[in-house]
Amino acid sequence: MKTRRSTPLTIAMLAALAYFLIPLFWLAVSSTKSTQDLFNTFGLWFSHSPQLLTNIRDTFSTNGGVFIRWILNTVFYAGVSSIGAAFLAAFAGYGFAKYRFRGHKAGFNLVVGTIMVPTTALAIPTYLLFSQVHLVDTPWAVILPSLINPFGLYLMRIYAQDAVPDSLIEAARIDGAGELRIFFTIALRLLGPGLVTVLLFTLVTTWNDLPASVTATTGTSPDGRRVHVVHNWNWNPVRLQAPADLTDVLSDKSVAADSSLRLGAWDARILRS
Amino acid sequence: MSGQNFRGRVTLARPGVAGPVFVAPFLVLFLLLFLTPLGYAAYLSLFQHHLVGGTTFVGLKNYVTALSDPLLREGVGHVALFFVIQVPVMLILAVLFALALDSGLLRLAKVVRLGIFLPYAVPSVVATLMWGYLYGPSFGPFAQIGRDLHVTVPDFLGSSWMLASLSNIVTWEFTGYNMIILYAALQTIPRELYEAAAVDGAGAWRIARSIKLPALRPALTLTLLFSVIGSFQLFNEPALLQQLAPNVIDSSYTANFYAYSLAFTGQQVNYAAAVSFLLGLVIVIISYVFLFLANRRRTP
Repeated sequence: MKTRRSTPLTIAMLAALAYFLIPLFWLAVSSTKSTQDLFNTFGLWFSHSPQLLTNIRDTFSTNGGVFIRWILNTVFYAGVSSIGAAFLAAFAGYGFAKYRFRGHKAGFNLVVGTIMVPTTALAIPTYLLFSQVHLVDTPWAVILPSLINPFGLYLMRIYAQDAVPDSLIEAARIDGAGELRIFFTIALRLLGPGLVTVLLFTLVTTWNDLPASVTATTGTSPDGRRVHVVHNWNWNPVRLQAPADLTDVLSDKSVAADSSLRLGAWDARILRS
Repeated sequence: MSGQNFRGRVTLARPGVAGPVFVAPFLVLFLLLFLTPLGYAAYLSLFQHHLVGGTTFVGLKNYVTALSDPLLREGVGHVALFFVIQVPVMLILAVLFALALDSGLLRLAKVVRLGIFLPYAVPSVVATLMWGYLYGPSFGPFAQIGRDLHVTVPDFLGSSWMLASLSNIVTWEFTGYNMIILYAALQTIPRELYEAAAVDGAGAWRIARSIKLPALRPALTLTLLFSVIGSFQLFNEPALLQQLAPNVIDSSYTANFYAYSLAFTGQQVNYAAAVSFLLGLVIVIISYVFLFLANRRRTP
């Protein structure tokens, strides 16, 4: 059935489209400007001296090319987290969709119920718990929490319900295939599109993750003492509680345990215990 | 792995054991990484930390304090107002766009669909910084155009416009996302239904109202739930716009931002945990109210 096209509707939708694309156009135009032109020329058009290549070169060469390091970090964390999360969700979603066992309903409801829990509520206790098991300055501190995606599990269960027919599983069982083998050779292929959806959702979330405003990295110096590097990635000054008796490496001032430690905007301190 | 499984040599062959094996990896990690921190936060919320005297058990005192905390009330007030205004605007736009795309009356439908969805792919941090520049009173393009035309452009980053400006950013980011969910729901309606309706004399509007909108209800409930969660957890946008308007956005501008500031700037971990729990409770209650209303209307 071929319907005729409507010109007024098309014009209205193109106007709406402009609202969504103009900010992105501004972004593209601004990427060609010098800092001075960014503030002095008209925002929605190019300046007289476009310098896109210079800007790109600056991005990659500032601070010894640290931007490349950041990109690689993001690719690594987002890649590992999203593949792991999608696979775990598919495995468990298939389990919830195709089997009935004790605690089936309670387990599923518990997981889905937590979709509503604010994620910032978890950030602080997760950090404290991780620091107790010495995971804080390892990549696991970033990867582990993003492996659990309750919404992904929900999607995969709904998807597995229809995408993998029960008759196919029955047939494979009669042919003598074990349950895990059925999953890996048959179900996983049928779950492909759902798996990609969960993968993309997690990828976007991890890729866009805003890092915590204050980070603390802890290492051991050659003489066996603990060295803490505390960064404030923020325009706001921050007050921290010293976890133990510490000495500022640069100023040699001592900081008593539980006393307050002030970090100015974008400040970094190196402390030794 | 040959036909021998069938004789029960491998225990997995019994479906009764296989189910738990499939869900165990997820549930174990869920327990360790989700429920344990949550339980720990609940535990923390019952204590109070003093510089002198250390940590003491205070029961529900933190919750009592939070309930009468004017800063928390202000934060919840802002997100509630945001929710009441921004969410309907965004979802109505998303429904209209989805219906327009699904109607088949549109030229360039693929370009429009992709273009409206594109902002969702922009990280919210980048989106907020971008709009922050666009809003700028001296260098922003709106202000520039206003100066050239001798029209006074409102101060988008001033206290009376801030919530509207934040709403605009979130609408810009998430309308396309909601549109895609609703559009996908519309696509699952069997086309024969439209033909039958057309034969019965129904026009495009009638079909939209009597077939498409009722069919959208489950998807709309889903997007509404996401919006409840999203608005009450509003954080990135106000946290970033604070750099541009520190006098308008204080650290308790939204409830979630307040909890974050308490924990990471003020080091009041125990009180922050109590605030987070109250906020989670508000979200759960509102979500269930919506689910209840949606289900009740479906089965009168």
